[in-house]
Amino acid sequence: MAKEKAPKTQVTSELTVIPPHAVNIPMFQLLKDDGTVHKGAKLPDIDKELALKMFSTMQFIRLLDERMFAAQRQGRISFYLSSLGEEAASIGSAAALKFEDMIMGQYREQGALAYRGFTVKQFMNQLFSNEQDLGKGRQMPVHYGCAALNFMTISSPLGTQIPQAAGYAYGQKQSGDKTCTLVYFGEGAASEGDFHAGLNMAAVFEVPAIFFCRNNGYAISTPASEQFAGDGIAPRATGYGMRAIRVDGNDILAVYQATQEARRLAVEENTPVLIEAMSYRMAGHSTSDDPTGYRTKDEEAQWRDKEPMVRFQKWLVAQGWITDEAAEQQMASHKEAVLAALKEAEKVPVPHVDEIISDVYDTPIPILHEQLETLKAHIRNYPDAYPATSERVK
Amino acid sequence: MAKMNLLQAINSALDVAMAKNDKVSVFGEDVGHFGGVFRATSGLQEKYGRARCFNTPLVEQGIIGFANGLAAQGSLPVAEIQFGDYIFPAFDQIVNETAKFRYRSGNEFNVGGLTIRTPYGGGIHGGHYHSQSPEAYFAHTPGLKIVVPRNPYQAKGLLLSAIFDPNPVLFLEPKRLYRAAVGEVPEEEYTLPLGKAEVVQEGSDVTLVGWGAQIEVIERAVALAEKDGVSVEIVDLRSIQPWDADTVAESVMKTGRLVISQEAPHTMAFGSEVAATIQERCFLYLESPIMRASGLDTPYPLAHEKEYFSDHLKTYEAIKRSLNY
Repeated sequence: MAKEKAPKTQVTSELTVIPPHAVNIPMFQLLKDDGTVHKGAKLPDIDKELALKMFSTMQFIRLLDERMFAAQRQGRISFYLSSLGEEAASIGSAAALKFEDMIMGQYREQGALAYRGFTVKQFMNQLFSNEQDLGKGRQMPVHYGCAALNFMTISSPLGTQIPQAAGYAYGQKQSGDKTCTLVYFGEGAASEGDFHAGLNMAAVFEVPAIFFCRNNGYAISTPASEQFAGDGIAPRATGYGMRAIRVDGNDILAVYQATQEARRLAVEENTPVLIEAMSYRMAGHSTSDDPTGYRTKDEEAQWRDKEPMVRFQKWLVAQGWITDEAAEQQMASHKEAVLAALKEAEKVPVPHVDEIISDVYDTPIPILHEQLETLKAHIRNYPDAYPATSERVK
Repeated sequence: MAKMNLLQAINSALDVAMAKNDKVSVFGEDVGHFGGVFRATSGLQEKYGRARCFNTPLVEQGIIGFANGLAAQGSLPVAEIQFGDYIFPAFDQIVNETAKFRYRSGNEFNVGGLTIRTPYGGGIHGGHYHSQSPEAYFAHTPGLKIVVPRNPYQAKGLLLSAIFDPNPVLFLEPKRLYRAAVGEVPEEEYTLPLGKAEVVQEGSDVTLVGWGAQIEVIERAVALAEKDGVSVEIVDLRSIQPWDADTVAESVMKTGRLVISQEAPHTMAFGSEVAATIQERCFLYLESPIMRASGLDTPYPLAHEKEYFSDHLKTYEAIKRSLNY
């Protein structure tokens, strides 16, 4: 497909007011809520091994989320952020990428990272901010990142990763290595100026980027209806001269196929694509809010029926690729692994205090050395006040 | 050596950097074929192609966000913000992203290849929004390096260091001197150290500290003081972050007096940091309080620019206050 140019403006003597919902984008779905396939639907080319890897990752993430949410409630970690109900969106999309493609997350895409191979131990080390954490214990729980897995470190400010994805993809295009960048964000973050900046620049520069919006209905407590007046996020692509796909985010097969096509367009035709995955944040925003304060049990129940993991499991069972018993056993072994890793990571100390000054610059500037020495002298003076580090400051 | 004004020196530095390493790219508003509103990027698109020297949409937060991503990917972007006064839409990208990229990831990722160029400062009848000196906002952010050259020779050497430094650098160009300052500049590559001040003139009675375009103001003030028989040592900080407190302290321990001359509004300007550090390090050597000549604590005015400005006369008066305390 050659690059599509914007059409020439027609001149007319008739006053035309374009209605607000001129662009009406359907939602792509392969699996119905009950796990059966739409009649005549063309399924993606997906084999048993891949399907089971996707399913196992879903199970693992569900368990990790459940267990770590509880661990926060027990006071063992400071914060947690669950992806309950949105596992298909992150795992289905990550599975459609090549390993060399860069993933930039917002913060609710632990599924994509697990799919890439982040181990349960690595998850725990980050969550407990211990000295084995790749991020050296510097960021709140769930701010994962791993260069070896091409997964950019998460930052809390919303939407900042969107123009960065445009820039990263520009570099990929220049290098000619046929890779792309997929960037996740929520429908709330799409209100940030960085969304506009990033999509516009990506379209102008024709970069191989996939903008993956998880429309989960809520930004903390603010429902999508109070976030925007338009029909979601996907129609905005038209304004930027960009391609768009709206997909059922709870249908992992549809997400996989949509992302595969987006990747093909991005890499082979250097055209960015906006994907809007429709889903529902079944958990609260984080451990710091209680959804009963802003939505009804009825609403939650309706979405429970569209739940992505059960839906996928039904399809896998119908394929004859797994049994419900085997799925249950697999879940139990994930649970064992999660609990064992949790107990182990909890015992690992926080990083040595010397790490407080590393990585501000490539090498610490002189004032940082001075400040570290002053700090260590102070810790030696009051060791009881700084129990996490004082034993190792001699 | 060739005679170059400050803009030509910047252009020459970019040219040398782009020729040396094809990962260096230059972009911003009107930076492409037009060569930038000040012509700092003139001829670069013709020479290195549209992929390496290009216009961006008019969106500062996007320019820096894009540049952060490109630097994280391993490129060496030199992003231009057309005026320092318009850098604020990108404040979040610079302060929360650029500056923290390496630290927050435990060095898994970094944007060390990034250089942000922007013209700063007044004296061009630019009013509120073409005159500001925003260096102090950024100096308060660990993780950034901040460089301000005073003349064409310094500009080229410092910019080449900034582009190839493994840390993100904010490079503030004194636009008042773009065409006004002319000097001998080598046509080939050379570098000047970041984080190192330079003693521009030795003296024994009082130390004058400044940076960027203010060095020229200081030199005019010093000429007046010298007529009074005063011997002045002039120190150009060159880098605001990290800044070279050792060189300033050494000078103040010799002269016993310090005057800081700065363009930015008085309160919380970078001179406040210099004053606080030097009184801590040189308390027993100081023969009078540290004096500051600064802009007023008002928005940068138009009709009253002369009155607002911390010019050579206000700097000269500050020298006298220091000597006659």
